[in-house]
Amino acid sequence: MRGWFLPLAVAFGFIFLYAPIISLVVFSFNESRLVTVWGGFSTRWYGELLRDRQILGSAWISLQVAFASATLATVVGTLGAFVLTRFSSFTGRLLLTGMITAPLVMPEVITGLSLLLLFVSMELTLGWPAGRGLTTIIIAHTTFCSAFVAVIAQSRLRSMDESLEEAARDLGAGPVRVFFDVTLPVIAPALVAGWLLAFTLSLDDLVIASFVSGPGASTLPMVIFSKVRLGVSPDINALATIIIGFVLVAVLIAGWLMRRALRKGG
Amino acid sequence: MSAGNALTRSAPWRGTAWLVGKLGISGRTLVIAIPMLWLGVFFLAPFFVLGRISLAEALIARPPYTPLFERGPDGSLQIIASLENYRFLMTDALYRNAYLSSIRVALVSTIFALLIGYPIAYYIARAPEPKRSILLLMVILPFWTSFLLRVYAWMGFLRSNGVINNTLISLGIIDAPLRMMQTDFAVYIGIVYTYLPFMILPLYANLTKLDGALLEAASDLGASPFVTFFTVTLPLSLPGIVAGSMLVFIPAIGEYVIPALLGGPDTLMIGRVLWDEFFSSRDWPVASAVAIVMLVLVVAPIMWLQSVQNRREDG
Repeated sequence: MRGWFLPLAVAFGFIFLYAPIISLVVFSFNESRLVTVWGGFSTRWYGELLRDRQILGSAWISLQVAFASATLATVVGTLGAFVLTRFSSFTGRLLLTGMITAPLVMPEVITGLSLLLLFVSMELTLGWPAGRGLTTIIIAHTTFCSAFVAVIAQSRLRSMDESLEEAARDLGAGPVRVFFDVTLPVIAPALVAGWLLAFTLSLDDLVIASFVSGPGASTLPMVIFSKVRLGVSPDINALATIIIGFVLVAVLIAGWLMRRALRKGG
Repeated sequence: MSAGNALTRSAPWRGTAWLVGKLGISGRTLVIAIPMLWLGVFFLAPFFVLGRISLAEALIARPPYTPLFERGPDGSLQIIASLENYRFLMTDALYRNAYLSSIRVALVSTIFALLIGYPIAYYIARAPEPKRSILLLMVILPFWTSFLLRVYAWMGFLRSNGVINNTLISLGIIDAPLRMMQTDFAVYIGIVYTYLPFMILPLYANLTKLDGALLEAASDLGASPFVTFFTVTLPLSLPGIVAGSMLVFIPAIGEYVIPALLGGPDTLMIGRVLWDEFFSSRDWPVASAVAIVMLVLVVAPIMWLQSVQNRREDG
C-alpha cells in the first residue's frame, strides 16, 4: 500500500467528497438560471431566497421542531441511558434495551408510516392528537433522536468514575441530589454533544416528517424536496451555501473552544 | 446553594414527592417509567398498529381502511382480518423485484463504499497527529450539512448539461452528453457518497488499534508490502469492515430520497414502493404489509446479528 497508490486513492476519495459541494457553492453565485452554465457573478439568488416566504416559513418551523425535539430527546435519552447503566435489574430491562437501540437501525419509511398510523388510531379512539402538524413531528423526532442521545450518554455514563456518586451518597445526599449535583455536571459535555446531534438529525429529516406532518406544517426539507424534485434551481444552491457556511463556522468555533479547553486542562 | 439542593427543597418538588410517595410509587420506578412509556407508546405500539392495519382492506373513507371489529347482522362482534394483502405481495412480481433489487443496490453500494473508504481510513490511521485530526474532520464535515442538499449537489453534477458532462465535452473527450441521471449508477453514487463517513469511521477506529510491530515482523520475515497487507492488515481489520458495511447496508436498504431524486422510473427500491403505495395510491393497508415484510425480511436478521455482536462485546 506504499508508493503512489495510497495517496492517489485518498486524493480521489476527498475529491469525490468535496467536488459536488464546491460546485454547489460556486454555482449559487451564478447569474444564469441554468444552474450549471456559468453566466457571471451575481448574488441575485440570495435576494430571491430571502423574499421566498415559503422557504423562510418552513425554516422557522424546522428550527422550532428541532429545538423542541432535541431538548425532549435529551431528557428521554439520558433517562434511558441512566436507567440502563445504573439500575442493574428491573422488569423490562431487556425490552428497554431493545427499544432504545432499534430506532438506530429502523428504516425511516417504516418509522414514519407506523407512527402516522398510531397517530391516526389515537385520534380516532382518544381524540388526541387532533390532526397532524407541529406536535406530531416533534413527537416523532423525539422518539428517533432519543436513541442517538442514549448511545452517547450511555458511553459517558459507563466511563465515568462511579465512586464520585458513591461518595456523595455516603455523605448523605439523596438520589435526586446525587444526580443533579454529581452525575449531571460530569456527563454534561456528552449531553451537549447529544443535543447537537439530535438537533441536526431533526433539521435534516425528510421522510419521517413527510409521513407525520399535516397541512400547514411543512418543514424545510419537505419544501426543498418538493422544489428539487422538479429539477435543480439556483435559489436552492444559495440556501445550501448558507447552510454549509453555518456548519463551517460552527465547526470552527467548536474546534477553537475544544483546543482552548485542552490547553487549559493540559 | 447547589442545583440539586435547590430542587429538592422547592415547594413543587416536595409536593410531587409527597404525592408520589402517597401513591406507593418509588422514585426509581418513576425514573424507569419515563423512557419506558415514551418508547413503548411511540416506538413499540406503532408496530402493533402497523400489523393490524396490514390485515385490513383499503376503503375510500376516513380512516381509509376497514375496522378490525364489526357488528354482524345479529349484533355479534366479528373480527375482520385477512391475509389478502400479503398474498397480493407474494404474487405480484413488482414487490418481489423491489425487495430483491433493494438488496442488490445496497450490496453493490456497500462494496463500492468499502473500496473507496478503506484506503482513506488506512491513510488517516497511519498519518501523524495534526494531519490525522484534520483529515478525520474533513471526512465528518459533509455529514453535518444537510443530507438532502448533498444528494441535490449530485443532481447538478450528473445532469446531461451538468458539471461532469460539460467538462468532458469541453475537453473533447465525448461528443454527446452521457446519460447518468435517472440510472442505477446515479443511485449507487448517491448512496456511497451519503454513507461514506459511516464506512470510514469504524474502519479508522479499527485500523488505529492495529499493532505496528506485527507489520514490522511480517516485513522482517520477508513479506512484501502487498503480501503483508493481505495476510496481516486485512484479516485483522475484519471487525471494522463488518461494522462499516453494516452501517452502510442497513440504511441503504430502506432508502427513499436517493432513488427518488437520482434514480430513474425503473429504479425499484422497497422504500420507494412503500412511499408511492402510501402517498400516491393511498393504499394504507398494502403499504403496511410492505413495511411488515420489510421488517421481517431485512430488519429482523440485522437486529439479530447486532444483538449477537453486542452480547459478544459485553461478555
